[in-house]
Amino acid sequence: MAGEQVENRGVKYKSSIKDPGTPGFLRINEVMLLFVPNDPKSDSKLKVQTKNIKSHKNTKEASNKPPWLHLTTYQGRNHIFEFENYPDMHTCRDFVAALDKNDEEPKKAAVSTSTEQLSIKELELRFKLLKENSELQRLHKQFVESKVLTEDEFWATRKKLLGKDSIRKSKQQLGLKSMMVSGIKPSTDGRTNRVTFNLTPEIIFQIFAEKPAVRQAFINYVPSKMTEKDFWTKYFRAEYLYSTKNTAVAAAEAAEDEELAVFLKPDEILARETRQKIRRVDPTLDMEADEGDDYSHLMDHGIQRDGTMDVVEPQNDQFKRSLLQDLNRHAAVVLEGRSIDVDSEDTRIVAEALTRVKQVSKADGETTKDANQERLERMSRVAGMEDLQAPQNFPLAPLSIKDPRDYFESQQGNIVNVPRGAKGLKRNVHEAYGLLKESIVEIRATGLSDPLIKPEVSFEVFSSLTRTISTAKNIIGKNPRESFLDRLPKSTKDEVLHHWTSIQELLRHFWSSYPITTPYLHTKVGKLKDAMSNTYSKLDAMKESVQSDLRHQVSLLVRPMQQALDAAFQHYEADLQRRTAKSSGGERPNGYV
Amino acid sequence: MPSVAFKQYSDDVSLLVLLLDTNPLFWSNTSITFSQFLSHVLAFLNAVLGLNQLNQVIVIATGYSSCDYIYDSSLTSNHGNFERSGTGMPPLFASLLKKLEDFVTKDEELSREEGHEDRTPSCLLSGSLSMALCYIQRVFRSGHLHPQPRILCLQGSPDGPEQYVAVMNSIFSAQRLMVPIDSCYIGVQNSAFLQQASYITGGVHHTPKQLDGLFQYLTTIFATDLHSRGFVQLPKPIGVDFRASCFCHKKTIDMGYICSVCLSIFCEHHKKCSTCGSVFGQSKLDEASSVSDKKRKAPHT
Repeated sequence: MAGEQVENRGVKYKSSIKDPGTPGFLRINEVMLLFVPNDPKSDSKLKVQTKNIKSHKNTKEASNKPPWLHLTTYQGRNHIFEFENYPDMHTCRDFVAALDKNDEEPKKAAVSTSTEQLSIKELELRFKLLKENSELQRLHKQFVESKVLTEDEFWATRKKLLGKDSIRKSKQQLGLKSMMVSGIKPSTDGRTNRVTFNLTPEIIFQIFAEKPAVRQAFINYVPSKMTEKDFWTKYFRAEYLYSTKNTAVAAAEAAEDEELAVFLKPDEILARETRQKIRRVDPTLDMEADEGDDYSHLMDHGIQRDGTMDVVEPQNDQFKRSLLQDLNRHAAVVLEGRSIDVDSEDTRIVAEALTRVKQVSKADGETTKDANQERLERMSRVAGMEDLQAPQNFPLAPLSIKDPRDYFESQQGNIVNVPRGAKGLKRNVHEAYGLLKESIVEIRATGLSDPLIKPEVSFEVFSSLTRTISTAKNIIGKNPRESFLDRLPKSTKDEVLHHWTSIQELLRHFWSSYPITTPYLHTKVGKLKDAMSNTYSKLDAMKESVQSDLRHQVSLLVRPMQQALDAAFQHYEADLQRRTAKSSGGERPNGYV
Repeated sequence: MPSVAFKQYSDDVSLLVLLLDTNPLFWSNTSITFSQFLSHVLAFLNAVLGLNQLNQVIVIATGYSSCDYIYDSSLTSNHGNFERSGTGMPPLFASLLKKLEDFVTKDEELSREEGHEDRTPSCLLSGSLSMALCYIQRVFRSGHLHPQPRILCLQGSPDGPEQYVAVMNSIFSAQRLMVPIDSCYIGVQNSAFLQQASYITGGVHHTPKQLDGLFQYLTTIFATDLHSRGFVQLPKPIGVDFRASCFCHKKTIDMGYICSVCLSIFCEHHKKCSTCGSVFGQSKLDEASSVSDKKRKAPHT
């Protein structure tokens, strides 16, 4: 059908249903739809690209409406064409429909290839997930490898895990190393006087993050003034000069080599940043501790980088750095983490990305006057002087949490107190008193009974009391932090937990397969049922194998699992019966016996 | 004397108030005779007094119509010049038994005077609890140094639902005073009052199965002083029977109506609360029935 076109003379174009329509000429071909009105003065000439046509509708022949064809484009515009008769409209419509189909096919092809590619990625993802989550792996092994569930079914319920966003979220951002860059020792060659530094992109990143002046210099000098290798050579020469105690040599070389001087000067960019930060600090904060760090004060005290405490000659003091400054700067950078995600080998790209980030953050940092004012107000509100506030000693009452079992488990053998008949009372009272008095007289005469208590009775009482005190019911559950599972041996505990998860998995698939409509579901349900019976027998076996004093509690734990499985089995049986009844009853549709 | 007492006061000195059930109706038909029971109890009291030189024991008899103090170990008039009647009681308890006998006689007279009353064969637990609490309050006010009081209730008679309010009041007072009420129930039915008393005040409740081993039960469970209970595990009942008796008929009920102002319990719907006098609104059940009545009437008219 491609390459053909449809032309129609007596077509009216309506922009809406109410529009009476402008008569004109319509031509549709593979690429384009063209409508030219008969009247050259009207301006409803229409050119629509056929690939923009999203959908088409048309009026039916049986209805009393005139033959209209309604086209909708992706841009949301509607075009209604009124034809002279239905067959014309049908031809047009069929052509448009054919075009639509052609459009869709390439899209579908594109989609299918991408799904194939995706599944390779997905397979990798699945594999990774299984490796990371041992419980998932166990479940997978149990079900998929024993052919109870297929791969697709297993992962169908775990779409969330496989979602693309989770990859990114779960990938942990690597932080920076806490070892200082200056701690890298070069490899020395004993014979010659060469030292070799090994530079990795990681190290380069850290240098750029810590020393913005170096970064700036890199951007400025490379590749215009020197190659990267030269740059780094100069940098490490500067580092070497620092590591010697010879400030005079450092000064001399700096005077000679302008680029080297850049490395040997204190870092101007850092100083600027710090000064800005200081302006925005809360005025109640004690900044004295930070004074050595702001790169703008003279270093007249403090340990130098190489551990000496010499006083430095004033003209050479810029060639020394204090250990504290380096450490603090390094720590600040490590805590900030990786500010960019660029994984590139090219040093220049890294440098530029870092600069961009710094500029962005600086731009964010510049606040307007209003914001400043607001910040000052907030600070004055928040800076409460602790010494001036009254002590707040709120009286605390400890929580009294009662054990609910005391309230609800007590009705064992509690008989309601039935009042006996009053008539009999009067007569007996006198007698009863008499008996009582007799007893008292008797004991006064004879004294305490001897022996007071028989040893066997005493022993029995002791053992029954001990048993009462140490029953599980009285011990378990009294401590809210302890759970019964911890008292089981580890293997039993793991087994119980594993059974829980596997039963959940099985039941989820089982219940989702009902109602059974296809033979595929039928086989699936059959396999699931076998697996469930298997698990059931395993549960029974586990109950037997546990020691006797824990057995009751374990059976209590296991009971809901078995109940869930029982419910599933029942449903399966009932459904099976219904099916067989239906299939056997289907032969006699009228119910004749 | 007081200085010596001060030096000897340790944290396990206890004051035990024993509420002895002398309800004749109960004692006339039990497996254990009253004399055997008494010998167990007296030996137990001796043991308690032997645990610590400063321990004190008070015995209050809970009768059918009255209660009275029978014995107070801190009174020095106990010792001494009672003549021993042959191989009979040690002089320590001779006065106890004498007073008990007198009490029983008095109680009998009182019950005769009461006349025909349709009452459950219960003992006056509320009375003896109140007397015990009064004594304990006096001990608290006597000075800084006093033993730690607790109440032990030895009872076999069933609960009298007409005493519900009084017993609950005593229990809450004991809770306020932080006096635990232990209870040893030797009767046939379960006593809800005693279970609740022990539960609320933090005491121990036990129902001995073998009454001929009563002494063993008493010394194992109820002789522990309050300080030692922190590290001794005593048997606890499985649950507590929290049933109440209604305020109007004194029947034990499980479900009933409660006044939202004073929390009084009624077994049937009342228009007005008898305790606090607040008027109850029409209940939903009544409303529904009256509406349906109205509906039924309408089509007729």
